[in-house]
Amino acid sequence: MFNSSFDAVVPMLCVVLAALASMGAEAFRAKDEEMPIGGLGIVGLAGAGISSGLLWNRNAASFGVLVADNFALFVTLTLVIVGILTIMFSSQVLRRDQLPKGEYYALLLFSLVGMIMMAMANDLLIVFIALETLSLSVYVLTGIRRDDPKATEAAFKYFLLGAFSSAFFLYGIAFTYGLTGTTRLDQVGAYLAAQSMSDNPLILVALGLLLVGFAFKISAVPFHMWTPDAYEGAPAIVSGFMSTGVKAAAFAAFARVFLSSFEPFSADWAPIVWILAALTMILGTVVGVAQSNLKRMLAYSSIAHGGYLLVGLVAANQVGKAAILFYLLAYAVTNLAAFGVIALLSSREKETDELRDFAGLWHTHPALAALMTVCLLSLGGLPPTVGFIGKWYIFSAAVSAGYYGLAVIGVLTSVISVFFYLRVVVMMYMADRDASAPVPSQVTGLGMVALAASIVAIIYLGILPTPVLDLAAESIATIF
Amino acid sequence: MIPLSSYLIVSAILFAIGTAGVFLRRNLIVILLSIEIMLNAVNLSFVAFGRSLGNVDGQIIVFFVMTVAAAEAAVGLAIVIGLFRHRESLNPEAFTTLKW
Amino acid sequence: MLALIPLFPLLGFLINALVGRRLPKTVSGSVASAVMVASFVVSAMSVWQLAALPPAERVLEQTLYTWIASGDFQLDLTFRVDALSAVMILVVSGIGSLIHIYSTAYMHDEIDSEYARYFSYLNLFAAFMLVLVLGANFVVLFVGWEGVGLCSYLLIGFWFKKRSASDAGKKAFVVNRIGDYAFILGTLLIVTRFGTLDFLRLAEAVGPMAVEEGVFGVISIATLLLFIGATGKSAQIPLYTWLPDAMEGPTPVSALIHAATMVTAGVYMIGRNAVLFSHAPETMLIVAVIGAATALFAGTIGLVQNDIKRVLAYSTVSQLGLMFLAMGVGAFGAGIFHLYTHAFFKALLFLGSGAVIHALAGEQDIRNMGGLKRYLPVTYWTFLIGSLAIAGVPFLSGFFSKDEILYETFHEGHTILWLVAAITSLLTATYMFRLVFLTFHGERRHDAPAPAHQEDEESAHGAPAHHDHLHDAPPAMALVLIVLAVGSVLAGYVGVPHALGGHNALSSWLAPAFLPGTGPADAVLPAEEAALELTLMGVSSLIALAGIGLAAFIWLTRRELAARLAHAWSGVYTLLLNKYYVDEIYDAVIVRPTVRISQDGLWRGFDVRVVDAVVNGFGSVVDASAAVLRRLQTGSVRAYAGSLFIGVVMILGYYLWR
Repeated sequence: MFNSSFDAVVPMLCVVLAALASMGAEAFRAKDEEMPIGGLGIVGLAGAGISSGLLWNRNAASFGVLVADNFALFVTLTLVIVGILTIMFSSQVLRRDQLPKGEYYALLLFSLVGMIMMAMANDLLIVFIALETLSLSVYVLTGIRRDDPKATEAAFKYFLLGAFSSAFFLYGIAFTYGLTGTTRLDQVGAYLAAQSMSDNPLILVALGLLLVGFAFKISAVPFHMWTPDAYEGAPAIVSGFMSTGVKAAAFAAFARVFLSSFEPFSADWAPIVWILAALTMILGTVVGVAQSNLKRMLAYSSIAHGGYLLVGLVAANQVGKAAILFYLLAYAVTNLAAFGVIALLSSREKETDELRDFAGLWHTHPALAALMTVCLLSLGGLPPTVGFIGKWYIFSAAVSAGYYGLAVIGVLTSVISVFFYLRVVVMMYMADRDASAPVPSQVTGLGMVALAASIVAIIYLGILPTPVLDLAAESIATIF
Repeated sequence: MIPLSSYLIVSAILFAIGTAGVFLRRNLIVILLSIEIMLNAVNLSFVAFGRSLGNVDGQIIVFFVMTVAAAEAAVGLAIVIGLFRHRESLNPEAFTTLKW
Repeated sequence: MLALIPLFPLLGFLINALVGRRLPKTVSGSVASAVMVASFVVSAMSVWQLAALPPAERVLEQTLYTWIASGDFQLDLTFRVDALSAVMILVVSGIGSLIHIYSTAYMHDEIDSEYARYFSYLNLFAAFMLVLVLGANFVVLFVGWEGVGLCSYLLIGFWFKKRSASDAGKKAFVVNRIGDYAFILGTLLIVTRFGTLDFLRLAEAVGPMAVEEGVFGVISIATLLLFIGATGKSAQIPLYTWLPDAMEGPTPVSALIHAATMVTAGVYMIGRNAVLFSHAPETMLIVAVIGAATALFAGTIGLVQNDIKRVLAYSTVSQLGLMFLAMGVGAFGAGIFHLYTHAFFKALLFLGSGAVIHALAGEQDIRNMGGLKRYLPVTYWTFLIGSLAIAGVPFLSGFFSKDEILYETFHEGHTILWLVAAITSLLTATYMFRLVFLTFHGERRHDAPAPAHQEDEESAHGAPAHHDHLHDAPPAMALVLIVLAVGSVLAGYVGVPHALGGHNALSSWLAPAFLPGTGPADAVLPAEEAALELTLMGVSSLIALAGIGLAAFIWLTRRELAARLAHAWSGVYTLLLNKYYVDEIYDAVIVRPTVRISQDGLWRGFDVRVVDAVVNGFGSVVDASAAVLRRLQTGSVRAYAGSLFIGVVMILGYYLWR
């Protein structure tokens, strides 16, 4: 490439162009004309993926506020994977549910732009704008099924609480700016390292408010309340996208802000994050046990997984940092595939998301039941899946950093969580189909390809994780 | 000259008013307005900080925040209209289908 | 080459899982059995290769690749065969092959797709079990450990139409999670303390350390956690309740998983870490006491049970207790010896009971049996041999191994534990021959009240009851029974004690595995010890014969005496019959209150069943707190905002006023 100050923007630009193109295509298409809008999105994301690959190891930076270091690029690649898989799952869903294709893909791609921007942001203001870009798109995606009162309610709750929390986040930025005179993350870090401000309460207020903003996006307890409602109400595939993409982007920014700029204050934020992690793991798991709606159960599971990621953040040793990145990728692929199965099985009239809808799935859809089983085992952290490796890394990082308490809670909750994942497996294999229930849809084409690819990744990364782990370790070492 | 702390206190009071509004008001539109008040309270802080630090960053940030707030308001109102169509109500307590 | 051992069954699993639904039964059954035999052949070849090495170097290793590497910690995916795992792979693949062959006949009434599903689970189980015993470090072992648990869960619930079967599957699952939790914590503790999870490296690191006398140090805590894991998997007090319920699964599954292989994983794991456990005398004592207590406790329950498979299940719990007793007193060789002989005769007994159940179209209540000797001669004679072996009648396999445990226990100075083990032996002989006499001798009976779930059983079995045309085991089953019967007689001759002029080949073969880097222990037994061993041997032979005699006296000649005894000691009898009310206590203290909450309409449909099924505290506590916590999610967006705001206030409050 051309070594200009635009380099770091290229991956984002690819996605922006794809998003604009899908809007244009929708606007100018003739009525009833089929446009390959999903294909546009995949091309744009592939462009983002390729340009990220080319930027690898080059530490490109644009305008001082966006950096494409390896850490950001790793997250970008994860997001590209999330985006491509989501589009592949969506094609069947959109056709079936007759959702507006152009709007849907444009919103999806714009939110991916926000996510990539968040991963690359080197300025608190950019973090905020990225956060809003992705949030606003996702709010609309949540409610894209306008005729469904549940979806609208979910969008409204998500929106209201999201806006509320971002006000706190912005207040935190204001305090940081006021105290350090800048919003650039590297300069904030340098300033905080140089001055001794630990007795200034305002910097702690700033820290706390920023923490609130991130904790909301990664749905840490007690900022998690929106999550189950939003995931249950949104179309399954959007829930899958939210639970993986938003979480990955938010964690990337969270890690960058807290592990680099606010690193000098780690003694102040670590205890709080410790408590958040513990609460998040416990509540996510325990309440997950009582759920009978699969989307809601996966929402609690996603809360619990946020807790495991927080453990990695607290135990921010070399292992822990790499573990966060690896876990994000592992979780993204697994969870998206699980939601993908739900999305593909649903019909226009009804989502197949109640536990009893899965009864006897093995008889009608043997391949899907097997794929779902692998996803659930991976979510539960059973070997030999990628979920096991991810958890292993997180917990061994916690133990080697001396956080025994968190490791004990983490292992306990993941042991309990297997109970509710396995409940679905039991339903699929050991229950008879309710004869009156409608037969779930058949899955065809792209959706099946995406599922197969996810499963291959889940098992491959469970058996041969080392290359990706090395990549994660290497990329996080570039900045912290 | 008015000291920085006065601006900050006004800003904090505005922020508190906005927060209280989210909890106390029973009309979705007013709740949205309360959130706007919170954002504008933060804007006041930005401007005040920028002035006392002697750089214009604070004021530039405010422009961005105002843009974001406008977009947020648009999306928010669209969602509220969607809600109203389903339930003919603007009371947030009317929307509790999703729970537990 | 070692990797082939688990790969063969895995291949069988893949074939049956992917295309099994479209294959006829003969093909899917043969594929499943063939891969097991192939795995056995490879195992035998590896062991042959191993035996050719000098004793101190008997380790074969195959590192496939580095699985996880981070910083200075590295974890390889390594399979290793040493003296101990050699015994295990032979038992698992050998007995496993036999049980696969037996199953081809036993499961013949299932439809094609169910048949293939059964064999795919069974193959997958075997693959994981072989990974478990071949794994060279804790993580690879854990892969197998979790995998066998999962397969066991699926197989117990195989006949899910029987409500009790799917409940039992869940119970097994939940109980095992408690054990797994402790196991993972133990593993994490070891990796932080010693920096390695490889068994050999660990033994080298621990070897030179001081034995932890009278303190609960790291090693004691780590071993205790591992032992809790073992109690879950191997059904010891207090985590044993799942095993008798697991008998809801098909009988070959009970034979393979719940008698011969999976439940012995805990014993194996302790043997694998013999050096570590030897450095923690406190833990060892706990292991021994728990083992002995379980042996006695389960033995007494076994005495009065009326379901043929439940008697065998409690017998398994009891025998596993003896193995743990051996491990706990430091007689690792004796424990593994008993594991090995037990695999033969307990598999034989289960398969024999399977043949009886098969002949009686699903009847399992021994009060409705009797006089079957005439109709089922092959089953009878093989079952009898198995019973003689487990009872410890001289010169059968169980005699040698059980005797070694008793002797070592006495020799190490644990007189009380020895007494407990001796009483257990008496009980073993008695309840086993009660079973033999009630099932095969006397007249045909229909004493028991008709079981309420009779219909379920038959529909699950897919065969109508035809009591009058009893037929003995079909050829595939009969063959397996005979092979196992021969094994039950001869298996003990690899470990004939010195006192009887043998040289205990097994224990010298195993010795290097428990103390790596050394040769076989070629102890020459002093004359007075030989005399002691002979005396104890005589005592235990007498005990075995006395037990059989007692059983013959009560249930063969005076059946009314049994009823009179039950009447006179009705308190004790009821207590035993109800298994000391352990399930009821768990139920009343923990489950009932939860169910009451659940009936307020909180759970619907399937969930009501789940709550019913969670028959232990762990799951119920979680369920109860879930019921409370989910209520916080009221659906009101203002409450959500409130929760968020409380979070803000707490965080800022902490910073401003700490």
